[in-house]
Order: sequence, then C-alpha cells, then structure tokens
Amino acid sequence: MKSNVGKLLSTAAIAATISTGAAAATLDDVKAKGFIQCGVSQGVPGFSNADVNGNWTGIDVDACRATAAAIFGDAQAVKFTPLSAKERFTALQSGEIDMLSRNTTWTYTRDTSLGLDFTAVNFYDGQGFMARKDLGVESALDLDGATVCTEQGTTTELNMADFFRKHKMNYVPVIVQKADEALAAYASGRCDVFTTDKSGLAAHRSKLADPSAHVILAETISKEPLGPVVRHGDNQWKDIVTWAMFVQVNAEEMGISSKNVAKIKSESNDPGIRRLLGAEGNMGESLGLGADWAYNIIAEVGNYGEVFERNVGPNTPVGLPRGINNLWTEGGVMYAPPVR
Amino acid sequence: MSDKNSSSIKNFLNDAGNRALIFQVVLLAVVVFVGYYLFTNLQANLANQGISTGFAFLNQPAGFPVLIHLIEYTEANTYGRAFVVALINTVVISLMGIALATIIGVVMGLARLSNNWLVARLATVYVETLRNIPLLLQMFFWYFAVLATLPIPKNSIIFGDFFLNKRGIYSPNPITQDGFGIVIAGFILSIIASIALVVWAKKRQTRTGLWFPAYWASFGTIIGITFLALVVSGFPIEFDLPQKSRFNVTGGMVLPPEFVAVLVALSTYTGAFIAEIVRAGILSVNWGQTEAARSLGLKDSLTQRLIVLPQALRVIIPPLTSQFLNLAKNSSLGAAIAYPELVAVVMGTTLNQTGQAIENIGLCMLVYGTLSLSISMFMNWYNKKMSLIER
Repeated sequence: MKSNVGKLLSTAAIAATISTGAAAATLDDVKAKGFIQCGVSQGVPGFSNADVNGNWTGIDVDACRATAAAIFGDAQAVKFTPLSAKERFTALQSGEIDMLSRNTTWTYTRDTSLGLDFTAVNFYDGQGFMARKDLGVESALDLDGATVCTEQGTTTELNMADFFRKHKMNYVPVIVQKADEALAAYASGRCDVFTTDKSGLAAHRSKLADPSAHVILAETISKEPLGPVVRHGDNQWKDIVTWAMFVQVNAEEMGISSKNVAKIKSESNDPGIRRLLGAEGNMGESLGLGADWAYNIIAEVGNYGEVFERNVGPNTPVGLPRGINNLWTEGGVMYAPPVR
Repeated sequence: MSDKNSSSIKNFLNDAGNRALIFQVVLLAVVVFVGYYLFTNLQANLANQGISTGFAFLNQPAGFPVLIHLIEYTEANTYGRAFVVALINTVVISLMGIALATIIGVVMGLARLSNNWLVARLATVYVETLRNIPLLLQMFFWYFAVLATLPIPKNSIIFGDFFLNKRGIYSPNPITQDGFGIVIAGFILSIIASIALVVWAKKRQTRTGLWFPAYWASFGTIIGITFLALVVSGFPIEFDLPQKSRFNVTGGMVLPPEFVAVLVALSTYTGAFIAEIVRAGILSVNWGQTEAARSLGLKDSLTQRLIVLPQALRVIIPPLTSQFLNLAKNSSLGAAIAYPELVAVVMGTTLNQTGQAIENIGLCMLVYGTLSLSISMFMNWYNKKMSLIER
C-alpha cells in the first residue's frame, strides 16, 4: 500500500515537472540536449528521405540542419523523427519534437487553433493529380467518376472534396493511412488518380516502377505554402527557425553561397554583409545565438538556391523546375524580409 | 484520562478492518487529487498553447469524404455525422466478423476432430497458419496481394449483372417501389407465425413426446409467405444495374475491396482461435456421454446437438467472449487499408483537421469501451443461460 502511494506521488511530481517544462524556452532545452529533435516525413524524395545508411536529405531536412547550424554551428546536430501526416501535430504539441519540418501546409485553422505557429515558407506548392497515361485523361475536369487515392490526415482530403463538389463531379475517395500504402494502392490500380501536392506527386512518381507511364495533370487546385512549424507561444524559438530560412533566401539574393561565404566574410567591405556574417558586432545576440549564426547556416547548408538545386532541382530524380519558388528578383515569390 | 484516550485510539488503529478503511480513504483521496491535478494541468497547458478544447467541433462541417457510409453522408455534413458513419462501419464490420468467425471456427473445430484424415489435417494447417501470422499482415495480404490482382474495371469479370474487378464486387441494387409495404407486412406476419409454430411444437413435444421439425417448417413459412406477398403486390422492386463507365463501374451496389479484405482477414484470423476453443470444448465432454447417447439409439447428429454441444458450450463461451472482444478491437486495424472505421475517420482525419487529440481519442476510447462491455455483457448473459442448472 505504502509503495503504491509513493508511486502516485512520484507520478504527480513528474507531471508537475513536465507541466513546467512545457512552458520553458525550447532553445534552452535544445542546448541542454545538444541536438534538435526534428519531425520529418516518412520518406518523400527531395523533401525528407533517408538513404540506406540512415542519412536524411531533402529541403525539409535542410530546414532542420540550418536551425542546428545556427544554434550549434553544426548542421549534423539533428535527430529525426519520421512522422505520418496524422501523427505530426500531436508529436509537436506534446513536445516529442522541437520543430516540425514535414511538407506541412500553412492554413488558417492550423495556425490559429492547433497550438501551432508557422514560421517561413520554404516551398510554394499546390495540389495536383497524377493519372496513368493510358487512361487518356488530359485535364482534371475529365475526372468525373474517377476513384482517387490519397494519404490520410492532410489538407489534400479537403481540397479534393472541394474540387469535385465545385465542379459537380462524382468520385470515389480511397483514403489510406500512409503515403507509401496510398501509392501502392494507386500502383496496383485500386484508383485511377493519385492526388497530393505537385512536388509530392513528382517525388512519388520517381518511386513508381515506370515513372514515364504516369502523367501529372496541368491543373493546380489549391495553394499549399509549405514550411517548418513550431509550438505556439515560444517566440524566441519561432524567430530562430524563421530567420534560419530568411537568411538562406537573403544569402541567395546577395550572391553569398556555401562556396564563397568564407571569402566574402574576410574580404567584403559592405557593412550589412559584415554584420550578417558576424565579422562585425553580434547580430545573433537578439536570438540568443552566437555572432556567426548566419555564417554557419550558409557555410554548412548553403543558400536557398543551393538547397533547392541539390534536393529537388531539374538535375535530381524529382526534377522540379524552380517556378514560383524562384527569388522575387527572378520572377518568383521567394521574398525574405531584410536582415537589418 | 488522556492515557485512556490514547489507548482507545490505539485499539481503533489495531483493528485490521479500521486500518484497511483508513488506507482506502487515503488512497482514494490521493487518486482523486492526482486526477484533479492532471486534469487542471492539462487544461492549463492546452490553454497556454492555444489549442481549442471542447466538443463544439462536432457541429462543424467536416469537408472530407468517406468511402463507405451506410447512412446518408456528404462532405457538407458535420464531424458529428462523420463520427456516426465511422461508428456504424466499426459496428457492422465487428458484428459481421463475429458471425463469420463463429461459423468458420465451429466448422474448423469440428473438422479438426473429424475421423477423415485429410479433413482433420487441412483444418490443422488452417489453424496453425492463420494463428501465427500477424493480423495486419493478413489484411495487407488480402488487400494488396489477393484483391489487387483482380482485373481493372475495363476488363471486369462479368456474371450476368454482377461485375468483379479491382474496385469491388458490383451487384444489382434493389430499389423498392410503391406497394412494398405489403411485402414487409407479409414478412413480419411470417415471423410471428413461425415463432408461434416453434412454441407449439415444443409444447406438443413435452406433452406427447412427438417430434415436429419446427425450424425447417418456420423457414419454409417465412419464404412462402414473403414470396406470396411479393406475388400479390406485383413484384414492387426494380433493380439498378451496374454499368461500365469511363473509369469505374457505376450504379448497382458495390462491396469495396477494403471491406472485403478487412472482413476476410478478421474472420479467418479469429476463426482459427475459435476453432481451437471449440475443439477443446468438445474434447472436454466425457466420451462416456457419447457412448451413453449411442446406447440410447440416438443418431450421431442428434448426439452432437443434444448431448455434446450443450455441455461443450459451457466451456466454450467464456474464452469465446474474449475472442469476440479481440475481433471488435482488431477491426481498428482496418484503418491501415483504407476501411473507414472509427480509428481512420476519428483518430485519423478528424483529429488531424481539428487538432483536438484529447477529445477525439476520448471519443474512440468511449466507443471501444462501450462496444467491449456490451459484447461482454451479452456473452455473460448467454453464459448464465447455458450454464448447468442444478436442481
């Protein structure tokens, strides 16, 4: 009996420490741990995907690496938690992960009522459809009566419902728990169409046995701004994750890359650049970071253009054009506030 | 005075019953306090993080589709209705699974005891194979390996008005017309008549010892009267026939592969366990009972039905209950292959759209708890009814 009471009391004590822990600064927790626990997808080539050796690569992975570089000066100080779409928010809310970087769409509801804060957009996407070429479908408007496969727990489910309702078309939804199984259902012919964000379609198509037998239809039926997410209420942590992304975009705009950043730091006379790279003053201080936080991001992870080209660019298996993800100066919408 | 007082307290504490009571009260207080503390802590944390709470979301439009809905459901309906749709899907697959698993289990259990070497070995192979493979794998097997090898809709296998392809089994959908009320009335009437028949036959047998095949007669009565009503009202049914369309087969009734895969996997898996329970139950009945029945001149089928099975049931029912509970809970694995049951719709989509983990998981726990307790209560009642009544 006594030991039972003791157990109960110690449970209460643990609960008390957890409750105080939740409110504490994520940066302190992360520094104490020595690494960032980062939630990523279970495998979307180009965004977050592990190779046979367990090394993660992708745009979303690089968002975690950039944050780690800013804090520790070591882009490898990240541990990854692969999450399904339906697990991701709970994992973040409950503190299992420090940040979520998993092709997650920034929406009103998620930002306002899920206890989440969206940081910056690292990929502007939109939902599309992929179909087998031999069906002869040329437009999403030809899909009346089609069976549609998708992954569960995403905005995709809602967008496709809206699209078919808007155009008064019938469809049969097959909503599978995991992306890989949804793709398997599509590959086996259970569905005529697979739908997700267009970048995801390209990534998934590269996993199919014969990618050339499938066509991604031209229509984009939604706006899907994707980016890292943090818990609501920790402004300092949100700032760090946000500015890790903004620094990369600004660096591309200024022509600073991982290859020339060391040279620019030592040679540049531009006070703005010298401040950014930590050659003068300490801009990292207001984030609780060291003076060379931005330098480390660019040196270890690269600027936004490098991240894009390396992971999803035209020369990768995913093969996406830069499109609207180009810099605003190049006709795209990638625009970061100035570092001043 | 004070000495007397302290000794009375000592006496009070020395009483084992009193001590136990005090500890119970203290424990209860601690449990209540910890429960209250955890609850308020949870609420404070949710409020701190800006996560909305409460069940108001159930009245908001869901906006997502559900593949299988036995009641009317569109994307414009509420989360509450989606919950009911999922609840019905869970209950339907559980009850159908329980019925099928019981039939499979009894047949296979008897088959393992068969004198026919081949039948007994086949039943053994069935039981040993299915019992030892995880259920989730079996679902994937039926869904991705068996049903996915069916032809695409364009090349459907066609029997008359039935179509079979990757998208499911399509059959004509009966649509009732005016005058169908007569058929329903006839059906209800025939059921009342057959209940009366069974009661009469039993009474007569008790009185005179004469036996009457009441169940077969009832079966005939129900079919006969219902058919007669159909003729009288002029067959008030039309069929919506399935037809090939551009992508799928449309019209008619469809049994989607997700449903078939979950049902087959659940019932064959649990059936294997039930087969073992049935076999053990029958073996537990003393062989002398069978010998005695035979010496009375009873046929083998009657020996089984009237002597062995009623005694075996007493041993079979309690473990059978836990298999039924397992089946009902295992139906949640259907989420993995897109069968839209409770876990898929509530803990999957709804949870993800609303972010209200506590409420949604709470709802699911409530449902599974209620479902399990209902099955358990029914089986306990049945067990009591079947148990040996000693006079």
